[in-house]
Amino acid sequence: MSTLDFKANGLPAHPEKATQEGRAKLVGFWLYMSAEAVLFATFFGTFMTFRNSVNGGPTGAELFAIPMVFTATAILLVSSLTSVFAIMAMQRNLASKMRFWFAVTVLLGASFLGLEVYEFVEYVHEGHTFTSSPFGSSFYTLVGFHGAHVLFGVLWISTLLLRNINRPIDTYVAPKYYVASLYWHFVDLVWVFIFTIVYLFGMVG
Amino acid sequence: MATSYLDKKFSLWDWLTTVDHKKIGTLYFFAGIFYFAVGGLEALLIRIQLMYPMNDFLDGETFNQVMTMHGTTMLFFAATPLLFAFMNWVVPLQIGARDVAFPFLNSLGFWMFFFGALLTNSSFFLGGAPQAGWTSYAPLALDYKGTDFFVLGLQISGAGTIMSAINFLTTIFTMRAPGMTLLRMPLFTWSTVVASALIMFAFTPLTGALFLLMFERMFDAKFFDVAAGGNVVLYEHIFWIFGHPEVYLLVLPAFGIISDVIAAISRKRLFGYHSMVFATVLIGFIGFMVWAHHMFAVGMGPTVNSVFGIATMLVGVPTGIKVFNWIFTMIGGKVQFNTAGLFAVSFIPSFVIGGITGVMLASSAADFQFHDTYFVIAHFHYVIVGGIVQAIFAGMFYWWPKIFGKMLNETLGKWMFWLFLIGFNLTFYIQHYLGLWGMPRRVFTYLPNQGWDTANFVSSVGAFFMTAAVILLVINVIVTFARGEKAVQDPWYGRTLEWSIPSPPPEYNFARTPIVRSNDPWWYEKMQGKKEMQYAEPLAEIHMPNPSIIPMIMAFGTFIAGYGFIYSSWFGVFLGFGITGVCMFIRSIKDDHGQHVHPEGLHVEKGVHHSA
Ligand code: HEM
Ligand SMILES: [Cu+2]
Repeated sequence: MSTLDFKANGLPAHPEKATQEGRAKLVGFWLYMSAEAVLFATFFGTFMTFRNSVNGGPTGAELFAIPMVFTATAILLVSSLTSVFAIMAMQRNLASKMRFWFAVTVLLGASFLGLEVYEFVEYVHEGHTFTSSPFGSSFYTLVGFHGAHVLFGVLWISTLLLRNINRPIDTYVAPKYYVASLYWHFVDLVWVFIFTIVYLFGMVG
Repeated sequence: MATSYLDKKFSLWDWLTTVDHKKIGTLYFFAGIFYFAVGGLEALLIRIQLMYPMNDFLDGETFNQVMTMHGTTMLFFAATPLLFAFMNWVVPLQIGARDVAFPFLNSLGFWMFFFGALLTNSSFFLGGAPQAGWTSYAPLALDYKGTDFFVLGLQISGAGTIMSAINFLTTIFTMRAPGMTLLRMPLFTWSTVVASALIMFAFTPLTGALFLLMFERMFDAKFFDVAAGGNVVLYEHIFWIFGHPEVYLLVLPAFGIISDVIAAISRKRLFGYHSMVFATVLIGFIGFMVWAHHMFAVGMGPTVNSVFGIATMLVGVPTGIKVFNWIFTMIGGKVQFNTAGLFAVSFIPSFVIGGITGVMLASSAADFQFHDTYFVIAHFHYVIVGGIVQAIFAGMFYWWPKIFGKMLNETLGKWMFWLFLIGFNLTFYIQHYLGLWGMPRRVFTYLPNQGWDTANFVSSVGAFFMTAAVILLVINVIVTFARGEKAVQDPWYGRTLEWSIPSPPPEYNFARTPIVRSNDPWWYEKMQGKKEMQYAEPLAEIHMPNPSIIPMIMAFGTFIAGYGFIYSSWFGVFLGFGITGVCMFIRSIKDDHGQHVHPEGLHVEKGVHHSA
């Protein structure tokens, strides 16, 4: 098997692309992300249709608070960076360094989720719920759907880490790590759009 | 005698766990044919009810259920899986691959479709099928319990469809044999590329639209609550952003089948290959810019209507290119009018009629008159039945010998063809006039003496002809399995790679990966006087994926979760997703390196050895 195809550092330069299976995984994953982008686009479109249909409830400008949203954004962007560090470590065959950076990524993801839950609870107290208005329904659909993706990513990367806790990096697991990090970037990128379209536009009214 | 993928002793377990693309194709095929029969039966019920004015064979509510399920079943559970059957059977063979890129995902896609279809159809026995039409517009659809079955069944099968599309695209992008450049791929493979791309970008909006409906019905969301500031036209937009590409993702593979069959029966290379590829891609592209032609009567205003009307008419250009290329392929060829050939040839005028009425419908001013009448029904049945279904029949007769190693009976096939052709035109041609005479679609009965009685009667008679044709097909399949003539490797003197390997193929398709030296690679080698392809490698061990039961259980979990949602049982939802989640977890933590098999003719110590 090509698994044992050692080069510099004991690994090929791009271990994630060294096998046919790995290459297929990357192509397939890019396709998957482009399909998901369209699904998110549908929810973005729905949200934009209803962003002012507040049905007498609080508006975005009244609800959104810069510091919290900004913190959430910073957390997620930094977690993208840490997942890049993890992949760089993987490509240099530094397994424990990779694990460290992925673990940091997972922790950041989890704290983002905590913040989001806190935020939602806050909104519900202020009368902005899933059923209160079309604005509410489309807000929670879009942002909640993104949150579910973050949760899935956290579980996914954790599973990968635990499963391979003692395992050296090889061309069988490298595509798995790589694809997980791609997913993480994708989820972060979607958040950038949410931040702009939902929160920034929402705050200017 | 080479051992084929079918030689293994039949076992249910083998079929439940298979990851062989040929077997998954067969599963798709029989599931698709089954739902084709179910949808056909529903159509027959519709036509019996409408045979006479003021008929009381079905009451209004039952009629609406049958009509809704007819459309839903035929599009999602018959046409789509039947085309997926061909893609699974043929695409890897046409590109010289031993398998697909993601065999596990391929199997998962099938089982998601299977359970989704089952869930939707179970509604008949669980308090009433969906009855708001296959479009399931809000707010009408929000009133019915059946809508829940529609939403969840399509959600599950739709997810499977998206997975399959990703699998086909990745397979075609990464697993072509050496020399099989993109511009040497057979047209059916090309149409699979474009159709898969359409699925990726069209089924996802459908998923979105279904979520909105689901949230509205189950969790009391306010998207479509106009009093609270909601908007029902949004649903129509999202639905048709899916819906129009949907019809193209069905018809493009049909075009692909027809292109391959016409070249083969004409014993000539396809005329204008490059323009065919270009037209396929262009149709897929324009297909995303025309959705609002289904909504001319909503009141979007003359500017929007004109823009979408003109965009729609543009589709006629690449479609016309294709029609001329098919005709030019036949001119000067030695056309063989076997059953596959008959269906392929009759595809052309049928589809052209549907295309012309499509362009008529695209004139938005005129569409105010046509819209929601039987004229629309006639239009889309000419493209769907005259187009897609005839192409599926052509493909069946053409590829059956390759997949099952037996020839379908030609005499029965020709009887079937003529019955079907007559029945189809009897049923649908007159519906153009019915529409122009003012008969609305989706009504369960009508008053006598409005000038519609005879036309409706004629239309219903046609339905019996088509039923007879399909019964002949079923008989043909049974007779062929029982004592059909054995197929040779290359019964049609074919052009593409699938005809260069045994019928039926071995499990690994190609003992040695072929080198592709031309378009129509197999024809090219034959013209060079070669008896077989040139090979890219010596005979050696072949790496194949392991079978697995996990995909089926994973899909079954979503099925349970679906009922959980329908009956508002959180226990059911968690149980179902729990099963799916555990399967994903197992799949993720267990290494799966596949197995190695020894092709025929490779001499090794003894038997087959497995290694990681
Ligand atoms: C040149 C090609 C085509 C044109 C210009 C065209 C145009 C149209 C237009 C304008 C409508 C809306 C009619 C109305 O509701 O008033 C329509 C409906 C429809 N078309 Fe086509 N069409 C074309 C090809 C096709 C093809 C290839 C298919 C299927 C494979 C198809 C399937 C349908 C269906 C299913 C509907 C009705 C949907 C519904 O309301 O339930 N069309 N077409
Ligand atoms: Cu359309």
